[in-house]
Amino acid sequence: MKPHPASAAAQGLLNCHSCGLLSKNVPNASDRCPRCGTHLHMRKPNSLTRTWALLIAAFILYIPANLLPVMHTASIIYEEDDTIMSGVIYLWTSGSWPLAILVFCASVTVPLAKLIALTILAITAQRKSTWRQQERTKLYRMVEFVGRWSMLDIFVVALMVGLVHFQSLATISAGPGALAFASVVVITMFAAMSFDPRLIWDPEPKDDD
Amino acid sequence: MIDEHLIACHECDLLLRPPQLEPGGVARCPRCNATLFAAPQNSQERTLAFTLGATILFLLANFFPIMGLQIGGTEITCTLTGAALELYNDGMHTLGILVMITTVIVPATQLLIMLYMLLPLSLGIMPPRVPDLLRMLQLLRPWSMVEVFMLGILVSLTKLAAMATVIPGIALWSFALLMLLMTAAFSVFDARQIWRQLPVEGR
Repeated sequence: MKPHPASAAAQGLLNCHSCGLLSKNVPNASDRCPRCGTHLHMRKPNSLTRTWALLIAAFILYIPANLLPVMHTASIIYEEDDTIMSGVIYLWTSGSWPLAILVFCASVTVPLAKLIALTILAITAQRKSTWRQQERTKLYRMVEFVGRWSMLDIFVVALMVGLVHFQSLATISAGPGALAFASVVVITMFAAMSFDPRLIWDPEPKDDD
Repeated sequence: MIDEHLIACHECDLLLRPPQLEPGGVARCPRCNATLFAAPQNSQERTLAFTLGATILFLLANFFPIMGLQIGGTEITCTLTGAALELYNDGMHTLGILVMITTVIVPATQLLIMLYMLLPLSLGIMPPRVPDLLRMLQLLRPWSMVEVFMLGILVSLTKLAAMATVIPGIALWSFALLMLLMTAAFSVFDARQIWRQLPVEGR
């Protein structure tokens, strides 16, 4: 009986991340999966370095994404700049509070929670922590699943810009905040993809008994 | 057909003996609870049916207007591609391209790959370059945002309702159905079944 569940890596086996075929560990970097031809890696290459780089970029962009206007409305009577937050407030005050909550979650809470979650994952993986491995895997799964939903506001801006272009009555155009916001979404998606969840389980559990 | 004695969990790398599944069952990793694989019933036929349906809806969703605005006597409509182009022409090139990729190009590529693989496979023929295509399908998955876009339409409808009369278009309904069919197609799609039909180079 083995005292601990064994990982494939510990047995010298490589799991192909595309087709799931196990092959014998050959240290050649150019080694390919015998079934599907994918490059085989023990773990995603430079996983933590890449995740960190992308995370830092996303943290920086998160500031202009929330402060700069994402949408500019101009008509004969008024002119207005909308940030993400003012869009949420508009929805709330106009009575569609379910949508206000939804947009608030998708555009403000989710990106920030994702940044924090990925930071926690990267720190604990770097310290080779064995703390709450199951919960951390669950956290990673959630980050991966929820990431795309932050694109919501970008689509809203796109549709409004596309639809409202009566030359004389009103025009809506996208503001610089929209670009920053879209970058945050895309960059955090790449950050989540570059993190290797197997790093969570790599450190050997400590023997307490 | 290969008999896989052992597999490794893709999320925690635990070495496992693949469990035998009843049709419709799902295998989960005992250590991290990741979904290892599922064995949907009649996977190939059902995926093909959903994909064909989704392809038709996709065409409708892209060629008909999503919504129209009525102000006074004038009515303006806009298609999805039109909205992306408007962003592009407005100087927001990156945003226009991003919207185009996530709502048109990626879903279209997904549907084409599925059709290319599943039509010959339903006749028992393995089309060339299947490994590359399966890998691409895996890679594209997070970038297909049809369901997010659907919600985006709802929010814009609400916001625009204050400015003018909004008329929902054919593409709007097609999009809603497309979202359901694409989700259904991917949930019954069993990539493992196709992988297992591929030969392994001897070593």
